[in-house]
Amino acid sequence: METATHDIPRKSKILQALEDQNTSVTFVDPLENDLILNMGPQHPATHGVLRLLVRLDGETVTGCVPEVGYLHRGYEKLAESSTYHEFIPHTDRLDYLSPLANNVAYVLAVEKLLGIETPPRAQYLRTMISELARISSHLMMMGSIGMDVGALTVWMWTFREREKLYDIFENLVGARFTTSYTRIGGLAHDMTPEAEQMIRKFIDEFPANLEESEKLINTNRIFIERTDGVGVISREEAIDLGVTGPCLRACGVNQDLRRTNPYLVYEKLDFNVVVYDGGDSLARYYVRLQEMKESQKIVRQLLDGMPKGDIHAFKPKKVLPRKERVYTKMEELIHDFMLVNFGIDPPVGEIYHAVEGSKGELGFYFYSNGSGNPWRMKIRSPSFVNIQALPAMLRNAMISDVVAIIGSLDPVMGEADK
Amino acid sequence: MNALILEKLNKQFGSSVLESSEFRGELTLIVPVDKIVDVCRFLKEDSDLRFDILADLFGLDMYTPAKRFGVVYNLYSLKTHYRVRLKTFVEENHPHVQTVTGVWSTANWHERETFDMFGIIFDGHPDLRRIYMPDEYEHYPLRKDFPLMGIPGSLYLPKK
Repeated sequence: METATHDIPRKSKILQALEDQNTSVTFVDPLENDLILNMGPQHPATHGVLRLLVRLDGETVTGCVPEVGYLHRGYEKLAESSTYHEFIPHTDRLDYLSPLANNVAYVLAVEKLLGIETPPRAQYLRTMISELARISSHLMMMGSIGMDVGALTVWMWTFREREKLYDIFENLVGARFTTSYTRIGGLAHDMTPEAEQMIRKFIDEFPANLEESEKLINTNRIFIERTDGVGVISREEAIDLGVTGPCLRACGVNQDLRRTNPYLVYEKLDFNVVVYDGGDSLARYYVRLQEMKESQKIVRQLLDGMPKGDIHAFKPKKVLPRKERVYTKMEELIHDFMLVNFGIDPPVGEIYHAVEGSKGELGFYFYSNGSGNPWRMKIRSPSFVNIQALPAMLRNAMISDVVAIIGSLDPVMGEADK
Repeated sequence: MNALILEKLNKQFGSSVLESSEFRGELTLIVPVDKIVDVCRFLKEDSDLRFDILADLFGLDMYTPAKRFGVVYNLYSLKTHYRVRLKTFVEENHPHVQTVTGVWSTANWHERETFDMFGIIFDGHPDLRRIYMPDEYEHYPLRKDFPLMGIPGSLYLPKK
């Protein structure tokens, strides 16, 4: 019987044998079990088509290579051959868990390029839908991280709340998921009194309902042991890897674009930036949980302070005219024809505008050469950058925690793959 | 703030090196390709500026005979909350830029994406592979000479 020696290099025998085209492998060291495991792209726990190649030593992850691109649709190429208006429906398909926030981010960038200021009511409505989108996205994360560690009930309960939000969106926008609610210089249509009532009812009931759901897992020993101290990333590493959003705030960095680089009406609002210290999965969960409560506060303030008035900026050569005026007025008909067929006439220049999306810094870059189509558009998608931090978070984690860490990172492949 | 950034950079690198422009309050600096890593490192490590987050890095195809490809660096400072945009241009027949992965690790995937979409090669990059397109793909989709409908035969399809 052969005894295990200690000077055997730790390179995988299987890999070496495959390289040597030799399929029969004999092990000298019975403890050597370096294994490459492929997770995804079709894996129920990877939240879309994310593929991970994980190197395992026993049950411990020693290395990880994420592979993205399975949902690549070439949106940046498409944008170059469509007008600024035509691209709005595509933004729904980026982060498909908070399409309203993407619509807002896109039109804000275009308006910055054009130099348009929207009326106060449009700004209030846009802020409100961004926050409602944030709540719906974080609810999804809360449910899915519960499911990833085996708590199925939370999923049901947060989805019940999310369903109410989608009913609101249906009333407000006319669609549940593919919203395309914003227009350059305004919104598709104004909020109906019925939608306002629904939102008020939702935010009145939301804290109690959320508390019900959080009670299920906040003090649950299994949940805490599966997430506390798991998937830790240090503050320096997170900054170096460009992590943004709730994942960065969970590392103790007080950074929120709504506060540091305010846009829309965030300057006038009273809310807290939620920061936790741990840098682990539990901290990332808590940041999102508290952010939902802050968003609920913000929506209430916005509803109370909602000004009356128009929701469209008066820029006839840039903002699509109202349909009823197109049918009855000559000027508007001409403008509508020009805007739809040839696009707006933006100035020459380049701009970048970022908003605090539910996943992190969501930004759009435009390079305009003065024609109706952007010469170059770049989507700065938070999920793409955050996924890059996965190998750092997975270092020395257990294989069973991999799905929980992905759940706490909350990536959406629609925007990571563009 | 934009003036301070310009002043600091001019002091460090000399005013002949950098071109700058401002549009809607956003500062864009055009940096020669051989200076890009030094400028990035300076902006990150200067104690007043501290551009510690590389928010984005991407390519740009100007479709001009000279200096066709651009690489754009979008920097953000956690200290001052300011943004600055750096641009560098390379020739079509020699699209080589030094990598900035040594300055910010996050540049790794951004540079892979730029390579995938424009064919710009980042010298010294630890893992320069395609990221979105298949590994054996031969074209660079975001170049202006790549048609929107794709190139027939570029992806291996089942025979008729």
